[in-house]
Amino acid sequence: MNSGEGCSEEIPLPSSPRELTQNPLKKIWIPCKNGLPEKHIFQRKVCMTNCPTLIVTVGLPARGKTYISKKLTRYLNWIGVPTKEFNVGQYRRECVKIYKSFEFFSPDNEEGLKIRKQCASAALNDVRQYLTDEGGQVAVFDATNTTRERRDTITRFAEQNGFKVFFVESVCEDPAVINENIVQVKLGSPDYTHCNTDEAVEDFMKRIKCYENSYQTLDEVLDRDLSYIKIIDVGRRYLVNRVQDHIQSRIVYYLMNIHITPRSIYLCRHGESDMNVKGRIGGDSGLSLRGKDFARRLGQFIQKQDISDLKVWTSQMKRTIQTAEGLNVPYEQWKALNEIDAGVCEEMMYEEIQDHHPLEFALRDQDKYRYRYPKGESYEDLVQRLEPVIMELERQENVLVICHQAVMRCLLAYFLDKSAEELPYLKCPLHTVLKLTPVAYGCKVESIFLNVDAVNTHRDRPENVEVSRMAEEALYTVPAHQ
Amino acid sequence: MNGTPITQAMAETPCVGERVPRFQRPHASVPQFTNSPTMIVMVGLPARGKTYISKKLTRYLNWIGVPTKVFNVGQYRRDAVRTYKNFEFFRPDNEEAMKIRKACARSALSDVGTYFMLEHGQAAVFDATNTTRERREIILSYAKDNGYKVFFIESICDDPEIIAENIKQVKLSSPDYIDCDKEEAVADFLKRIECYKVTYVPLDDDKDSHLSYIKIFNVGSRYLVNRVQDHIQSRIVYYLMNIHVTPRTIYLCRHGESELNLVGRIGGDSGLSPRGSQFAGALGKYIKSQSIPDLKVWTSHMKRTIQTAEALGVAYEQWKALNEIDAGVCEDLTYEEIQANYPEEFALRDQDKYRYRYPKGESYEDLVQRLEPVIMELERQENVLVVCHQAVMRCLLAYFLDKSAEELPYLKCPLHTVLKLTPVAYGCKVESVSLNIEAVNTHRDRPAGDEPPCTLLAPPSRHHSRAQPMASPVPTRAPRLQDLGVTSLSLQNVEVSREPEEALLTVPDHI
Repeated sequence: MNSGEGCSEEIPLPSSPRELTQNPLKKIWIPCKNGLPEKHIFQRKVCMTNCPTLIVTVGLPARGKTYISKKLTRYLNWIGVPTKEFNVGQYRRECVKIYKSFEFFSPDNEEGLKIRKQCASAALNDVRQYLTDEGGQVAVFDATNTTRERRDTITRFAEQNGFKVFFVESVCEDPAVINENIVQVKLGSPDYTHCNTDEAVEDFMKRIKCYENSYQTLDEVLDRDLSYIKIIDVGRRYLVNRVQDHIQSRIVYYLMNIHITPRSIYLCRHGESDMNVKGRIGGDSGLSLRGKDFARRLGQFIQKQDISDLKVWTSQMKRTIQTAEGLNVPYEQWKALNEIDAGVCEEMMYEEIQDHHPLEFALRDQDKYRYRYPKGESYEDLVQRLEPVIMELERQENVLVICHQAVMRCLLAYFLDKSAEELPYLKCPLHTVLKLTPVAYGCKVESIFLNVDAVNTHRDRPENVEVSRMAEEALYTVPAHQ
Repeated sequence: MNGTPITQAMAETPCVGERVPRFQRPHASVPQFTNSPTMIVMVGLPARGKTYISKKLTRYLNWIGVPTKVFNVGQYRRDAVRTYKNFEFFRPDNEEAMKIRKACARSALSDVGTYFMLEHGQAAVFDATNTTRERREIILSYAKDNGYKVFFIESICDDPEIIAENIKQVKLSSPDYIDCDKEEAVADFLKRIECYKVTYVPLDDDKDSHLSYIKIFNVGSRYLVNRVQDHIQSRIVYYLMNIHVTPRTIYLCRHGESELNLVGRIGGDSGLSPRGSQFAGALGKYIKSQSIPDLKVWTSHMKRTIQTAEALGVAYEQWKALNEIDAGVCEDLTYEEIQANYPEEFALRDQDKYRYRYPKGESYEDLVQRLEPVIMELERQENVLVVCHQAVMRCLLAYFLDKSAEELPYLKCPLHTVLKLTPVAYGCKVESVSLNIEAVNTHRDRPAGDEPPCTLLAPPSRHHSRAQPMASPVPTRAPRLQDLGVTSLSLQNVEVSREPEEALLTVPDHI
């Protein structure tokens, strides 16, 4: 993302404008001297914030803090903001090897309090290291943080280190929600491995009670100078105070769009296309016979799944629309779901790319995520393009997205928390539907092959990615085609 | 035409047996924001920024393609009661006036209905104080009876400075106070506010917990958001939470003249011509002379904007989203070559320049969608200089100056000219600053003759079911020639069958 705050340095106007050179991988123009890229004094790196941001969760146990922390972290990383979560409960588990009972959390358990304080400090230390030394931009400090005193400590820590602070409080009194929460994520916690369900629930309820008496919710008056969002009853209502900058604004927007209503997201590619069969990339061709067969089977599959109120989305390319047509339900076209633009390489076979653009071909293998086709796009660009799709997917319930290989990889990477390194090599074969169902803190994936043969379009990373490589080495992993 | 053949076919023959919700258009080419139309209802005492928010929000929604219109009840009142005497009109015990005010509200509601049902509106902003529960109930039952969604926006402010500034900026010049001196007007207006305070019942977080609303406190330092129902409400909330009223200036300009500009070619990624470099230097001097505190500078990823920014000697950020419109197969061609190689495309573009998408390229409509995050960030920021491109600048300008889809692609954005935009009252002051460096003209006029259809009643295009963004409609205003960017009325031919010379009539000179 190219946005953010920053100051404009006062520098005397240069007598003559600097030469520009284009970075061969990302095709970005940067100033250079004697043909070599100059250290960018005038050009700030793509970043969203000046100071790193510390996000601090607040709330009683079983209010969804860890769920929010993990989800938010996954989203921020996907859009390119290096983020990491620090779960204080995890530190406590490492410190106190065995969890006995709720008594550990009793407010008069001095031993327990000491340990918990130490754990919080250890976590804050790691936060400092991550944000200051390891290039992190956002740290999510996941703990109850239910007292004003604890929050003041964190605020002071942040001030000392030049971090901005943004609180995310989750308030919920609905017993049904809390119960479901406990069932979904607490029973399976390492704390309760040796307990049966009833014991675990009972103990956990008592644990919550330990926090209740000292709980000081973020107050409209007392905390009016803090930046925070208060999420009430899983999103029925939000209170937002003093959003300071772009990243906080994006975080608020994201948190206000997510929900926990059970639903499924189906991802698949268009049916096999004529270009696929010929081993060509890009273009806007129609479905092959087998592709049309897949469209029919997809329709049958969807019917059998008996999904309530299913939304179907396609790109604006012929092959996804033809596939959706086979379903006989209304569908919406998104230009944002179009396949990655391969620029000058559109409609070429890999063999032709190697022939005409061997340098480009090698650069792509060196950094497939960041590599931008000449006059085209990179996976990194795709992610930016797909962000509104992800946001709307979060808002929706049951959705079937019929898209393309690179696009599907980006979407999948978001749901399955895959890194930029893994993303461009995720396996998304034709004629296979991925059914994603949110569960606990993550996503369950079912892969359903609809039994219609298709070419393989997946090209693995070859061993030799050097520019000097031979053609055969470059083409080694190209899948078979006509 | 623009969509794939399949889209066209399906737009004409929707699937049999398909359940199409009452307000949904089948096979939309862009995601549907709403099924049912939405009534956005303002709530708040006078001088709390309701009309400011109404107009700004309407402008934004229209720009992103959601047909929206403001219904200002005060305007209805002024039309009904020709002359405003004084605040006594607004006294809660003034029965005669109460009757009139109620009638005005009902009339406005009825017009909302007409806008939705007959004019394909998707959102209506009901701009009035709506400070009593009773009034809000009337609106809610009206909406319920007609299947409209309701979203309240309440503005709460008790900072006397903000209110005073508000009165100064927009009330003193109101038609109500034309014949008053400043002090009289302020005194009267303050008494007017008092009239409302007596009966003001803010949205109640308990009693109104089933309603959908956002409460804005003190111009945005705090927000309370309750029960956001759908996508459009979520976008409205996001937008409202990003705008501010801090005075600032936005500078828009294009890159300096490029090598390709000189030879009349479109698109590409060329560097600056010598005159373009001169402009860059002049821009640097101009910016320095403006002494702008904390200026952010944004460019696209294309060489010509970056080269321009380089000459400023300040940090700048590159946005891919600011790249020029992708002309697809027509990239790097001259208009003459486009006419020679793609005469049909060339004609289609002249028929509907906003919606026309270059083969393997983009349309202005696509550009607007691409630029939305830029606009959002521009709203968040303060002083910004955006160095961009012709089509991009037209889109951004259309947003700030509330231009329609018909006008947008013909807005004049000449090279080597800086547009300085300063928000003032309910709109934007524009100063055009030419830096006095010669450059080619890259503006190709709209072929006149077929006047643009009346935007109020034009049904959504069949090929792109998303309705064209309209400038916030003003029923009684006839389009002026200046607005349309039409300098000379030549009856130009936009038919596909036209001769090449006719097509190339408006192509500007080049090497």
